[in-house]
Amino acid sequence: MIAPNLATLGLFGEAFDFVFSQQEAAGGIMVGGPQQVLELATTQLEVTLLALGVSLIVALPAGLLLGHFGKGEFIAVSAGNAGRAIPELALIAFMAAAIGVGLVNLVVALAILGIPPILTNTFVGIRQVNRPTVEAARGMGMSNLEIITKVELPLAIPTIMGGVRTSAINIIATATIAPLAGILTLGDFIISRNVYGDAGVLAGAILVALMAIALEMTLAGVQWAMTSKGLKLQKP
Amino acid sequence: MADLFPLAEVSEDFFRDRSGGGCIEDNRLFCPGWVVENADRYVDPTLQHVVLVVSAVVAGFLIAFSLAVLAHRHHWLSSPFLAATGVLYTIPSISFFFLLLPITGRGAVTAIIALTAFTLQIIFRNMTTGLRNVPDEVTDAARGIGLTRKQLLWQVEIPLAMPEIIAGLRIATVSTVALATLAVFANGGGLGTEIVVGSNITFKTGIIVAGSIAVLMAILFDALLLLAGKLLTPWTRTVR
Amino acid sequence: MSPIGKLKHLLLVGAFALSLGLAACSSDDSSESSSNETAAGGELIQSNPDNSGTSLTIGSKNFTEQIVLGEIYAQALKAAGYDVKTDLNLGSETIALQALKEDEISGYPEYVSTALTSFYGKEAEEVPTDSQDAFDAVSTEVEADGLVALPPTPFSSANAVGLLTSKADELGVKTISDLEGKSQDLALYGSPECRQRIDCLVGLEQNYGLEFSSFTPVDIGLRYGVLDKGQADLSIVFTTDAQLGATDEYTILEDDKGVLPAGNVVFLTKSATIDEAGPDYEATIELVQTGLTIEVMQELDARVDIDKELPAKVAADYLKEAGYTE
Repeated sequence: MIAPNLATLGLFGEAFDFVFSQQEAAGGIMVGGPQQVLELATTQLEVTLLALGVSLIVALPAGLLLGHFGKGEFIAVSAGNAGRAIPELALIAFMAAAIGVGLVNLVVALAILGIPPILTNTFVGIRQVNRPTVEAARGMGMSNLEIITKVELPLAIPTIMGGVRTSAINIIATATIAPLAGILTLGDFIISRNVYGDAGVLAGAILVALMAIALEMTLAGVQWAMTSKGLKLQKP
Repeated sequence: MADLFPLAEVSEDFFRDRSGGGCIEDNRLFCPGWVVENADRYVDPTLQHVVLVVSAVVAGFLIAFSLAVLAHRHHWLSSPFLAATGVLYTIPSISFFFLLLPITGRGAVTAIIALTAFTLQIIFRNMTTGLRNVPDEVTDAARGIGLTRKQLLWQVEIPLAMPEIIAGLRIATVSTVALATLAVFANGGGLGTEIVVGSNITFKTGIIVAGSIAVLMAILFDALLLLAGKLLTPWTRTVR
Repeated sequence: MSPIGKLKHLLLVGAFALSLGLAACSSDDSSESSSNETAAGGELIQSNPDNSGTSLTIGSKNFTEQIVLGEIYAQALKAAGYDVKTDLNLGSETIALQALKEDEISGYPEYVSTALTSFYGKEAEEVPTDSQDAFDAVSTEVEADGLVALPPTPFSSANAVGLLTSKADELGVKTISDLEGKSQDLALYGSPECRQRIDCLVGLEQNYGLEFSSFTPVDIGLRYGVLDKGQADLSIVFTTDAQLGATDEYTILEDDKGVLPAGNVVFLTKSATIDEAGPDYEATIELVQTGLTIEVMQELDARVDIDKELPAKVAADYLKEAGYTE
């Protein structure tokens, strides 16, 4: 173990420099600096949001319908367990080896990881909605679609958003190793120590951590905004 | 220089004829023959992987358990603990490896610390929920018969929270098995070495085998924990 | 090293010792210690008990050929009686050099051309084509860093611009210069460090004056995969690659301007380590690499990359076949 010492502090300082000013790395090329950081950060964010969007489009309606009609419980719940067991590194590597590198392939792989939590949580969230409430709504003459959108969905928001947030964490973590498949994200700073040096690696690690936390907080904010007042008043 | 030693020559049949092609030579999707012959190369990485997972989950459990007990006693601690473990959960493991790099260097220890950090929120949250879900009547009754706070916790509340604790452990373990493949980036070994090192990264059969071992390991650990849960909570078994 | 690493290497040493022991027991020839010549013509490594007190860590860079070389040296030194650990797959040359300077490893195999261009800023033209001259040049340079370059391997390897043979025919290119006027429509893939090396992208851009439609950094292990998938029109490969010899699918363009110099491999280590380890250190390394002709190296690379055998096994087989171990 390397004990923390002044050298450690120095490395954090170097990482800070790496982000804000271009450095000369081995071989004389320029690395780091705000422009490159922004470029890679943008790619990471784009890829993450794209995959999250795809996951939502696929998993949300499916979860809502299955949950409303009470069908397919085994699949919906198992999806969450199964998704958790998929090793992201193997998925990315297999995709690169068998199918090929590229943005579309990457987003598909990320969506595979992002769909299960949303599917499971949406299903469970809808199922857990108070049955009498649903019956009352039906009694009022609401159609299935109205029940789903006006009654079940709003009440299930906390659970569903929990799934979305888990998805986001999985996706952004995997997007970090996307450089293995040729799509350069902030993870490139971390994986290509060759090029960026130890300062770059640390800078990359910090930036990825910050981006993940920022995304999580944003989604937490979205969840808070979307949760109806009544639910917020309930004991958590 | 080389004249000092006789130039060793290998025999002609050292060189293999690869013109025929074949499953492995063509890197086809899955080559069962190769897997059977080379299964032993996965033994080391699998063992390393098990060590990583078990270490992380045990450490995570010990820490999260302590945090949950503390938070149950002092309710105001719940939120800060949840937030703190939440941050650790949010930070991608590979990022964590390299944040730890200046302090703990490259190696299995770094990997285990990062993997442990990931499990904390899952276990903590599940256990807290479990403890909170103990019905008030039960706590009242227990106090009524004169149990001390400590006895109440250990003999009543924790056993009743077992299903949730086990559920949390299961989720944490399955996730950790999948995540531990990344330990290779921290020089921590594990099945990731068979996926990423050298020419393994294009080797379809190899990636499938390594990935499958990880998934099977996750299923196995999940089943073991499920079984352990059933054994620890005999009162939850329905009487037939 | 971590406890897991220690255990693993204990097992590896144990397994190796056991296999050597078994081989010795089952061998019919009475291998008296005085007879060093085996049928293969190689000199058998003798285990010297004086070496058991010395601990060595052998490193390597992050691609197949390097890992095999690391294993060969490590196993040979083990046979000579040293206490050997490996720390292979470190990364690119800058990382390996750093590990050596910081005493994380005792030594690692480096290409003379890489050392001269990447560490000491030499231009491609300044790399001597004669192996002896190149070796002398690199020996002088590393001295300033307190390092020693042990004598070179028979084989040399160079970066090369590779592509599918069908693509080469389609473009009608045989040399790198032929790419002029065509390269701006071609996508080039290479290792991450290729972007900053004069014997890679930098040299291609500066000395050949080529512009590519894109350069995508990928893991070295993917260099042929990206050609197969059609992602890359051109890919940076190595002249000793197994894939080049195995089929006609791939071809490399001739480096007519000599921008991608070839380099023999020299084992880089610290002079302090040589003093401490005794004469067997240098002698063993020099011994086991004499069998590494370019054909043999390609065969060993093929066994790992194409036959998918473990580098450790491939190294062990080589040492045995060449007569250095039993």
